[in-house]
Amino acid sequence: MSELSDKPADGCDNEGYPIPSLPQPDSATARAEMLEVYPPKTRKKREKQLLTNEPSAPPEIAANSRTVPGIITQRGCTYAGCRGVVIGPIHDILHITHGPVGCSYYSWLTRRNLARTKPGQPINFLQYCMTTDMMEEEIIFGGEKKLAAAIREAYAIFKPKAIAVYSTCPVGLIGDDIHSVCRKAKEELGINVFGFSCEGYKGVSQSAGHHIANNGVFKHMVGLLDEPDKEEFRINVLGEYNIGGDAWEIDTLLKKCGIHVTATLSGDISYEQICKCHTADLNVVMCHRSINYMSEMMETKFGIPWVKVNFIGAEQSAKSLRKIAQFFGDKKLIDRTEEVIAQEMAALRPVIEDVKSRLKGKTAAMFVGGSRAHHYQHLFKDVGMLTVAAGYEFAHRDDYEGRVVLPTIKVDADSRNIEEIEVEADAKRYQPRKTPEQLEALKAGGFNFKDYDGMMVEMKKSTLIIDDISHHEMEKLIHLYKPDIIGSGIKDKFVIEKFGVPCKQLHSYDIGGPYAAFTGAANFYREIDRMINSKVWKLITPSWKKPANAATAMGKGIDSPTNKAIREVVSGLAKAWKPKKAAVEAEA
Amino acid sequence: MLNGTTAEIVERKALRINPAKTCQPIGAMYAALGIHGCMPHSHGSQGCCSYHRSHLTRHFKEPVMATTSSFTEGASVFGGMANLTQALRNIFTIYDPEIVAVHTTCLSEVIGDDIPTIVNKARQDGSVPEGKVVIHANTPSFIGSHVYGFSNMIMGMVNYLSEKTGTTLNQINVIPGFVEPADMREIKRLAAAMAVNIVMFPDTSNVLDGPLTGQYKMYPEGGATVAQIRSAGDSIATIALGHFASHVGASTLEQKCNVPAAFLELPVGIGGTDRFIDALRGYAGVEVPAAVELERGRLVDLMSDLHQYFHGKRVAVSGDPDQVIALTQFLLELEMKPVFAITGSPGNQFEKRMHELLDGPVPTAKIKANADLFELHQWMKNEPVDLLITNTYGKHIARVENVPFVRYGFPILDRTSHRFFTTVGYAGATNLINQMINALLDKKDRECEEEWFELVQ
Repeated sequence: MSELSDKPADGCDNEGYPIPSLPQPDSATARAEMLEVYPPKTRKKREKQLLTNEPSAPPEIAANSRTVPGIITQRGCTYAGCRGVVIGPIHDILHITHGPVGCSYYSWLTRRNLARTKPGQPINFLQYCMTTDMMEEEIIFGGEKKLAAAIREAYAIFKPKAIAVYSTCPVGLIGDDIHSVCRKAKEELGINVFGFSCEGYKGVSQSAGHHIANNGVFKHMVGLLDEPDKEEFRINVLGEYNIGGDAWEIDTLLKKCGIHVTATLSGDISYEQICKCHTADLNVVMCHRSINYMSEMMETKFGIPWVKVNFIGAEQSAKSLRKIAQFFGDKKLIDRTEEVIAQEMAALRPVIEDVKSRLKGKTAAMFVGGSRAHHYQHLFKDVGMLTVAAGYEFAHRDDYEGRVVLPTIKVDADSRNIEEIEVEADAKRYQPRKTPEQLEALKAGGFNFKDYDGMMVEMKKSTLIIDDISHHEMEKLIHLYKPDIIGSGIKDKFVIEKFGVPCKQLHSYDIGGPYAAFTGAANFYREIDRMINSKVWKLITPSWKKPANAATAMGKGIDSPTNKAIREVVSGLAKAWKPKKAAVEAEA
Repeated sequence: MLNGTTAEIVERKALRINPAKTCQPIGAMYAALGIHGCMPHSHGSQGCCSYHRSHLTRHFKEPVMATTSSFTEGASVFGGMANLTQALRNIFTIYDPEIVAVHTTCLSEVIGDDIPTIVNKARQDGSVPEGKVVIHANTPSFIGSHVYGFSNMIMGMVNYLSEKTGTTLNQINVIPGFVEPADMREIKRLAAAMAVNIVMFPDTSNVLDGPLTGQYKMYPEGGATVAQIRSAGDSIATIALGHFASHVGASTLEQKCNVPAAFLELPVGIGGTDRFIDALRGYAGVEVPAAVELERGRLVDLMSDLHQYFHGKRVAVSGDPDQVIALTQFLLELEMKPVFAITGSPGNQFEKRMHELLDGPVPTAKIKANADLFELHQWMKNEPVDLLITNTYGKHIARVENVPFVRYGFPILDRTSHRFFTTVGYAGATNLINQMINALLDKKDRECEEEWFELVQ
């Protein structure tokens, strides 16, 4: 914490983890208690997804495996991961969901992937929900004609530069060939039209949808425009979705340092930015889970290297900035980056000290996403809070155990259904951004490309790791651990808060944000302070249900011995007092 | 904002833009939450259940519990029997509900899973414990809308549960429609004020408007119990509120158990509420108490006080068919002009009934079922209105057209009044008037010339 505070890291153990102010349960016992209720087959499955952490040798976790039916999962579907997460934020192309009305309806403005229209952009398509609204007739006789007609109508009304089409469950079952419809529409209309076979039943979670989206974006958009931006030090920020304005915060910070963002995939992103993102010199990856496919494919085809970064948390942001500056190796850039870090840290220091005085020793648990349950631990740590349990909703083993396990991951039937596209180096445009010598020099200086250590190595020993947490496990966790705050999603939020435990939505941030970079970190510290220390939790128990303590409660004062004595005297006086008959009559 | 929406109307046959409806299963899930001790179960992909829970949670700001069969590609090919059987075993073992209400999705409907057969087998192999109840509704997303899903689940309740024993009970069934917990609470309050014993199903009050106590209850106090829904077959009569959401349930009960049904509309405004009160009075043989008449009188007084602000105002309404039909009548009572009225739900009854209501007082009114908000917005661009009443999805239109906006119906994702303030009964009409007058006068106060900015209004 040297850059955040002049004082030694108070409240931390010798490994640097914050020390909780209350004793914590034994995680092995807690685990056993969580698993106890399950029928044998379910228990056997959950045992492999509910582990106690060993950072020195991360245990194997059965991540990215099927959810047990009936268990109450947080997970969504492939369509949600594709249309909702990765492609959804592209705001200047038209999106059509091919299927019955629901899927388009629920993905209409419900993620907070904020967007500003660019100069000259006529329409922000995020405000529109378009669907073929398939009816029984199309389910029986096929929906291709209706889709073709819908694309034509959409073009006639809106004249978009591109149209993306998304399949929902029944489309796959009845066998509509959306890709052929899109190809024909492309020829007919002369604009880019492409489809995503992201039926909800594919894969085991949203994750399959991310993969399908990556493939489609790469095949149909990336590389269409060979016009590099004029700025130097060009990067793409991958796996950043501009929830609550995070991407804008990161952009601003990078700009201060002199680093230019060509494209953020996919946050506040235009079609043109995606089409030319292959002209950047470096890909930095925020959410490894949702976008590592893209970074790999771009490296193979165009020679753009990628590094993992994290702009969540003050120290992590500083580390990420230094990494980018080091990659470019420009003295002026490195110096400017250090100046910016120093300024930002100085501004953050008083905030962190103030907030930490109230949050130190509190605990958090997080069950969210494919990166955030890891990234946000840094923000909590900044203010002296330990993450006692964490897990992802849809991550894979490498997001827990690190990319070292990639060669050992078995590809099961569900993953095999998702296309792995063959990518080769582009004959003309493949251009390594660094010479082999430069790469060696960077590596020798401790620079790791294509590296992600995962969540487990950074979490404290014996904390709980829960993949695809069930409602039952969440309830048990609250009873056993009594965390001071839980980061989760909308479906859990009010369950958790009914227990009197604040829940921060870490998918959508409730209405808050941004939380990325340094200014975002300050927002987050204050937000957590507000939530944990809100007076509302103390209002839950009425005074008459609190243990007797005359000193603290007015209500108790009424029952105090002194008051009882007074009441007796007063009631005695009242009984003794009788109105004088004459006076009463005189008044009448 | 909404820059792609122009006044020029191009005919569309295939493309739905900014829908005013969603799919059946969410309605079935909501209805199932109105049974006490019930776990709604979505038989399909995880995404359906996740989307429905998320959307209902965003609307109610309350826990919304439901389970899913978590279909993967295998289940989609081989059928969902194994998934549903395993789900039932897990649900009863882990979460111990009294009843599970299964609804289908487009996926399981296309595959053709036969729910009763699967449930029977699950019962035989012990996945459903003795004494526990499982009901189901077919809710294909490619037919109807969320309102149909709600209605179908009520039909499921009646078909599976309601019984006629031969002994008529001194109670009246009320099927309240796809309305808020606050509305269901108000219906119960009015019946209690009339001293009429009612069985209402579904009943989401005390389920989706729970208190913060520091204790989470998976199955809160509220909801119609299985025993109550069973006993509905022995009631004196059924009062069904709303053609689209409630009438099918009531007629099913009439056919199955010979319980006479009164097919009413939602009790919104004076006439709508009067008819509801009259039905209660007639079936139960009670007098309307002075307290209820007093409420009504106060509402009429308020309407006369504010008549000047409402008279002749042009209103655009979008929403679920039962809501739009009932609200339109209240707007006419206020002598407003509902010039545009749409619903996203298909079904002939909407246009038929709306024409009956509007052809006389507003002969130029545009009425359309199976319509969308994009089209309504285009109408508004061509012929501006003074007030827009619809769910949250109208907020962009209201902003870009600078039209006073009242949120009404489902879903409301960005405000809270629907959670606490009813829109049914005389009290509900008072609340609606309050919201409308604030919306209209706030705009005037914000925008009028200084010399017309008046202290007293």
